[in-house]
Amino acid sequence: MTELTKSTSVAGDATAPAKGANAEAEPAIARVTQWGEIRHRFLANKLAVVGLGLVLLLFLTALFAPLLAPHDPYAQDLTNTLQDPGSGHLLGTDALGRDQLSRIIYGTRIAVVIGLASIFLACLIGIVIGALAGYFGRATDSVLMRIADVFFAFPLLIGAIVIIIVMGRGIMPVIISLAIFSWPTVSRLLRSSILSVREADYVLAARALGADTRRIIVRHIIPNSIAAVMAYAAFSVGGAIVAEASLSFLGVGVSPEVPEWGNMLAAAKDFMGVKDFLWTYPSIAIVLTVLGFVFVGDGLRDALDPKLR
Amino acid sequence: MGRYVIRRLGQMVVVLFGATVILFCCLFVLPGDPVGSLGGDKARDPAVVEQLRERYGLNDPLPVQYGNFVKNLAQGDLGEDYTQRRPVTEVLGPKLVNTAQLALAAIVLDIAIGLLAGLIAALFRYSFWDVLITLLTTMAVGFPSFVIGMVLQKVFVIQLEWVPLISDGTMKSLILPAFTLAILDAALVARLMRGTMLEVLRADYVKTAVAKGLPRRTVLLKHVMRNSIIPVVTYLGISFGSLLGGALITEAIFNWDGIGLALVQAVQQQNNPIIIGVVSFGVGVFVLLNLIVDLLYAVLDPRIRLA
Repeated sequence: MTELTKSTSVAGDATAPAKGANAEAEPAIARVTQWGEIRHRFLANKLAVVGLGLVLLLFLTALFAPLLAPHDPYAQDLTNTLQDPGSGHLLGTDALGRDQLSRIIYGTRIAVVIGLASIFLACLIGIVIGALAGYFGRATDSVLMRIADVFFAFPLLIGAIVIIIVMGRGIMPVIISLAIFSWPTVSRLLRSSILSVREADYVLAARALGADTRRIIVRHIIPNSIAAVMAYAAFSVGGAIVAEASLSFLGVGVSPEVPEWGNMLAAAKDFMGVKDFLWTYPSIAIVLTVLGFVFVGDGLRDALDPKLR
Repeated sequence: MGRYVIRRLGQMVVVLFGATVILFCCLFVLPGDPVGSLGGDKARDPAVVEQLRERYGLNDPLPVQYGNFVKNLAQGDLGEDYTQRRPVTEVLGPKLVNTAQLALAAIVLDIAIGLLAGLIAALFRYSFWDVLITLLTTMAVGFPSFVIGMVLQKVFVIQLEWVPLISDGTMKSLILPAFTLAILDAALVARLMRGTMLEVLRADYVKTAVAKGLPRRTVLLKHVMRNSIIPVVTYLGISFGSLLGGALITEAIFNWDGIGLALVQAVQQQNNPIIIGVVSFGVGVFVLLNLIVDLLYAVLDPRIRLA
């Protein structure tokens, strides 16, 4: 909810044209674009750069998992179960003798795929519905927003569980169930920023210059409203990864044999106090991943609206 | 105001209707057969299965089942659960009390920690404490509740042995799950409080209050605090709504016998009446608290006119 209100206020202000371009500047000098300014402000934020580093590390690990993992993450070795971290198995082995490090490395793939795909899907649905509601207003707006309200009323995990009951466990059901209950936030964000942008002076100016509605929407309204959605999306990928791991932790996420962090933690819970390395390392992986996306999201939000700091 | 309340109540009914339809459809196109799992592993006598299907109304057409469901729901009768064959309300009642206890404790912690941290950060902006609080609240968002729960369990249950592993329902065993639930919200409350307070501190009416010579204490309590607290109230109200709907992860980690744990178990047992009970309760409370918060907003801030 906080993110919602914060980010909506972002949109209202992100519409201010880049202040760098002033009249005295010579035409030959490279133009300061709005996105150039945003990038500059983002890179000046140390935490945001750290976040970007963590996210890149996650992506690279996921991409090169087969090269990085010392063992097959599925290979069981019943003679070598619950080995402490050390030679042979850097982070030890689990109750089925599977190499922990390899499972954590392959776990990045599930996290990246589910985190990105579910938020991408949520943004897709949310942007379409939010744009329709914000643009057409009136009855279309009421109907679409009531539908959004219905999905918004389900707490994320509870709603996701209901969908998974129908679809069964697995990667696809998790992606879909998370997207189904995440899009209302996106559509509300986009709708409210479209409403505020629609009345902006530069839209009026464009209309006065004779731009048609389509051009105004595509060239002016969407680019200026989408910023809030982007900051929200970066932030929520972290949230989706937590939700995905939570579902596995509760035994309703991806199948239990899949190398996935929530699964690892669920299995490690039984060895609490005896084999703590089983839950500490996957926990560290999750925390670093989520922090990465949170820092990037925060950095984006601040870069989009420096007044909020 | 009156018309606004009526319109919002109408919207609430629409949302509840939509939510129950989704829930109902999802659970009744369920691939598994709820009655099939009733008899355990024993071979099921078709006649018995048929009798059970009849007893739970599973043979009626779906719209009829939905009609019955809504009628019963409106009367507070959620039906009979499949495993214990007791009324759902009877099964969930005591669990709801447990969940409410936990949610209440978490909200109290949120207010205590969040407000104080936000206040300090805003009043001493850019000081060491502000930087520390901002850093901690940013970090807290990155820690999922299962990680926080497991760390707390390791430190306070296993290392220090301050609290028993299995919750015994006493105040002592409430502390850890309440903290696990509260940390994220407390961090968000602190950030919210800091942000709004910084805005309020710049407001003209605060400058006026200072300029006319009011003591600092009076300005802070009467002008700054009262105006800064409004978004926090909103946030906490909505957060309380979702906490009441069951803290699935926290209850699972600490074996807290609440409705969240009941939901997770019911999913594994395909115990539909319990699932429907918990989810519709969760959705209902969330929607109701949203309405209350919106109305409270207008009471706290007379500048807001509801129409």
